[in-house]
Parts: sequence; structure tokens; C-alpha cells
Amino acid sequence: MSMGQTITQKILAAHCGRDEVHPGEIVMADIDLALGNDITAPISIKILREKGIKKVFDRDRVALVPDHFAPNKDIASAQQCKDLREFARDFDITHYFELGEMGVEHALLPEKGLALPGELIIGADSHTCTYGALGAFSMGVGSTDLAGAMISGKAWFKVPGAIKFVIDGELGPWVGGKDLILYIIGKIGVDGALYQSMEFTGETVRALHMSDRLTMCNMAIEAGAKNGIIEPDEITEEYVRGRTSREWKVYSSDPDAEYLDEIRIKASDVDLQVAFPHLPENSRPVGEARDIAIDQVVIGSCTNGRLEDFQAAARVLKGKKVAPGVRLIMIPATPLIYRQAMEEGLFDIFLSAGAVISPPTCGPCLGGHMGILAEGEIAVATTNRNFVGRMGHPKSEVYLAGAPVAAASAVTGTISSPEDL
Amino acid sequence: MRKNSTLSGTAWRYGDDVDTDAIIPARYLNTSDPEELALHCMEDADPDFPKKVAPGDIIVGGKNFGCGSSREHAPIAIKAAGVSCVIAGSFARIFYRNAFNMGLPIFESGEAAKGIRTGDKVEVDPATGIIKNLTTGKEYKAEPFPPFMMDLIKAGGLIPFLLKEQSHG
Ligand code: SF4
Repeated sequence: MSMGQTITQKILAAHCGRDEVHPGEIVMADIDLALGNDITAPISIKILREKGIKKVFDRDRVALVPDHFAPNKDIASAQQCKDLREFARDFDITHYFELGEMGVEHALLPEKGLALPGELIIGADSHTCTYGALGAFSMGVGSTDLAGAMISGKAWFKVPGAIKFVIDGELGPWVGGKDLILYIIGKIGVDGALYQSMEFTGETVRALHMSDRLTMCNMAIEAGAKNGIIEPDEITEEYVRGRTSREWKVYSSDPDAEYLDEIRIKASDVDLQVAFPHLPENSRPVGEARDIAIDQVVIGSCTNGRLEDFQAAARVLKGKKVAPGVRLIMIPATPLIYRQAMEEGLFDIFLSAGAVISPPTCGPCLGGHMGILAEGEIAVATTNRNFVGRMGHPKSEVYLAGAPVAAASAVTGTISSPEDL
Repeated sequence: MRKNSTLSGTAWRYGDDVDTDAIIPARYLNTSDPEELALHCMEDADPDFPKKVAPGDIIVGGKNFGCGSSREHAPIAIKAAGVSCVIAGSFARIFYRNAFNMGLPIFESGEAAKGIRTGDKVEVDPATGIIKNLTTGKEYKAEPFPPFMMDLIKAGGLIPFLLKEQSHG
């Protein structure tokens, strides 16, 4: 009688002491980790303080990362970061990351081994869905959810149905996880997976680096999904091993698990992608964006601010110069990525090309600081959202792309493919 | 008539995919003060909104209202601006849970979202989900809330709900 379960159902069931859960049910489940940042956590902290709560459910299972407006961009942001710092001290939070250790949260947590296969993670940040790349169930929530989780170790979940994306075949040169996910969002729309789980599988996905997998799951929310997830395999194990002393559990979907839809994609059909303003679903092959003149390029963020992205950018930029009048901003997402890029000599290539290198921060990704756009300016960014005003003035525009297209565009001054150079 | 529990006001209608950056742009997220946030509510979708909104007014959106970031500042700004509820064809999932967790009434009805125009006088009965467009005389019914959501609403939001559960051991 019992029906097959998806990996997402299995993780949820395991965290509420059940054998199985069914799409549409609402369950209270125990979480493994709760995450907050300098924008969302202050609201949660206020709730705990107002309720007279003196300790969190488990000091090792709360992560606080002041990454959005840090290094403090103004006095008000400084106060929010201070709220985090004081709370972390008063409540003895193990995983609080001070400047110098701080990185963009969704790049930092996997790197630090704080997100593991089979875990149930919530974060007061919509891109918490990133950790699905490790075979975890992780999703974004709001500040009240974070407060509730810090108090009780629990959160409520509506069990999602799932859409399976099967990608087969070999990817073209320079094409990666960002192009795959932009292509998929272009196909199904920004609410194409509303309330659902996006499960990525197929030989192309199995062959992807962890970096590309993280990029794909990062943007599941951009299709309205609750989570994105990839079943763990050797690549996952290899990534996780050595980053933690905790044990992890590998779940996979049953062969007879039920899906709302199965979408098959041929990797060879996926060109380098660019998402036009003002929605991530406006993705088109880079060829259709050619000749659009740009003012700024940003390579960074939780979507594409990892070492592999800077390595790809360096391959494009080596021996080249940024076009006159164009600003190229590189933001390695964590201190480790920063150091590795530096030690590999990538900074030499970037600086010679005329780029500027920022410390790890979300910065311009959400229009915070470190590269805000003026009225009428146009940027290519490796970030995940191109909503109206996302990177600055409401009349500025953001085109989303992967690192190779972003770097090539910086060189030509118009949206370009590396093949154009 | 339980007039006091009914939500009523003038409708402000917006399109599909109203995102949280439009509801409250990130440039104002260096504070979580509701009054401060209310001053910029809906600014990037409709710059005059904070000036023209009156207490009790109702925001009407198309599909996928509140998509984008998890910022609870969005429902906080809407509530602090005096808006009594939001009606939409569908809600983005984090906005949906935030609204319940912090006590902003929201109603899902594709029909109402299509049938209500800016300037219409609208009345909503939260208990029954009946939405009345007083200007056109049309009536709609919102999707009923799941029982768990009703429990959250009855408890006064997520935190009182959890604290009550905890004290029951
Ligand atoms: S890098 Fe951008 S999308 Fe990622 S957490 Fe920071 S602000 Fe959000």
C-alpha cells in the first residue's frame, strides 16, 4: 500500500519521526540548523529578547552570518551587525562569523561543513535552498520562523510535491550550472515550481562539479520552488569528507516515487544563457543579447562567487583588458575562496585586466553597497535576481549570466560570449 | 453583522509577480522599524503608494505575489502602512508563511484578483473567506485555510503557538 517517496519526503519524514509523509500535509519537524543574517536575524533576535528567552535550543545548531551589508555600509547597518554580534555573545552561539571569517552565507556554510547530506536546514534567507546540492532538504523562511526555530528547534513544513528534471548529454564549452538553471527557469517561469521541490538528475547533473550543483539549487527559489535537490553521490561524498566530524545520512528517491511532472532536457540544447531584465525567467541564448552595451560587471554572490567561477573568469580575462568605461567588480564569496584565488595567481590576471576586488560580501547583489547602479545604468551580474531596482536605481537594469559571459562582456563592453573574443 | 471583524477598504491593484524588492527595496533594509519601512512600502512598484494608502486599504495582486527574498520586512511594511489584508491569485511561498507567522491576513482567489480594480471598495470576512466588491456588487470566495494555519491564527502567530506547545511539554 505504501507508495514510493522522493528524497525530499524521506528527509522530512525522518525529521518528524515518521516513516512517510505526503505532499500537501503540514508537519512540525526537528531542524538540524537554523541560519540568519544581518538583515533577517535582527527581527528574530528582537522576538527572543522581547519574550525573555535566555537560550537557543542548541548553540551548535544556529549559524549567524553578517554578510549582506558588511563590512558595515552605514550606521544603521552597523547597528544590525552589532545586534548579531551581541546576541551571538549573550547566547553563546558557536557558529557566528566575524569579519575575516565571514563569507556569503550560502557559499560559507557548505564550505565549513555546516550543511550535510540528509539534513533539514532552514534559513531566514530565500537562497537557503542552495544546500539541496548536497542532498539536504533546505529552504528559506522568514524571521519569525527563524525565531521559532532558535527557541524550539522546530519549524513547520508543508510537504511539497516534486518535479523531476532529467538532464542528459554533454554540455557545450563554457556552459555550466548557471546556464542550465536559467534555461530551466526560462522554460517553466518564475512560478513554474511554486510550492514544489525541484529534483535535478540525469547524467549531466551527475557529472557536474559541486560548484555547479550549488548554483543550480541556489536558484530553485527563482522558479518559486520550496527546495532544489540533487541525490548525493561520490562527488557529494568527496566534497563533504574532511569538512566535518559529524555523521551524515544519504537518502535517495524511490524508483516508484511520485512526481507531478518529469521534464527532460538535452544538455546540447542549452546554450550560454542571459536573463534579461526584470525577471530570471527572461533567459535567452547569449547570442540574442549581443550588442547590448553595459556599464558594470559583477562576478560574485552565493550563486557564482566560488573558486570555479573565478577560475573561469580568469581563463577569459587572461591577457585582456576591461573595456574603457566598464567597471568590473570581483567579489570572492568567502575568505577561503579569496585566498585560493589569490594563491592561484588569479588576482594578478584580474588586476592587470583592470578589475577591482572586493572583500567577501553580498554587496551589490541586493543593491546594498560596493557597486550600486545609477539611473539608466546596465550591468551583467553572476547573481540570481534582476528585479526592478535590485542592484540600485529603479531605472537601472541587470542581466544575469554565468562567469564566462560576465567576464567576456567586461572585455568587449557589450554582452558577449567568450567565443566572441 | 460582526462589523468589527470584517476587513474593508479601497483596493490597490497590481500585476503578477510583485516581488519583495518592489514591496520594500533592499536599500531600506538597514532597519526593521515598521514605521520606517511603511514609508517605503511598494515604492518600486508604485512610488506614491505610501502617500495615498489609507488605513484598512487592501492590496490586490495577480499570481505569485511576494516572490523573491525571504524578507519579513515585506509583510511588516504592508501591515505598518495600514493595509488590512492582501488578496492575490497566488502567493510566493515564503511570503505566504511569513504572513501567517506574523499575522498579516492574506486571501487566495484568482477570481477576486481578476475582478477587483484599483479604487473599488472591498470587504473581506476572514472567518468565511467571502470577498465582496462593493463597487461592482460581485462576491468571491477565497481558498479556505488548512487547519494548521487556523491554529496559528488562533494562537496569534507562530511564536505564541510554539511557546504554548513547549509549555505543554
Ligand atoms: S549574495 Fe545575493 S542572493 Fe546571495 S545571500 Fe547575498 S544578497 Fe542574497
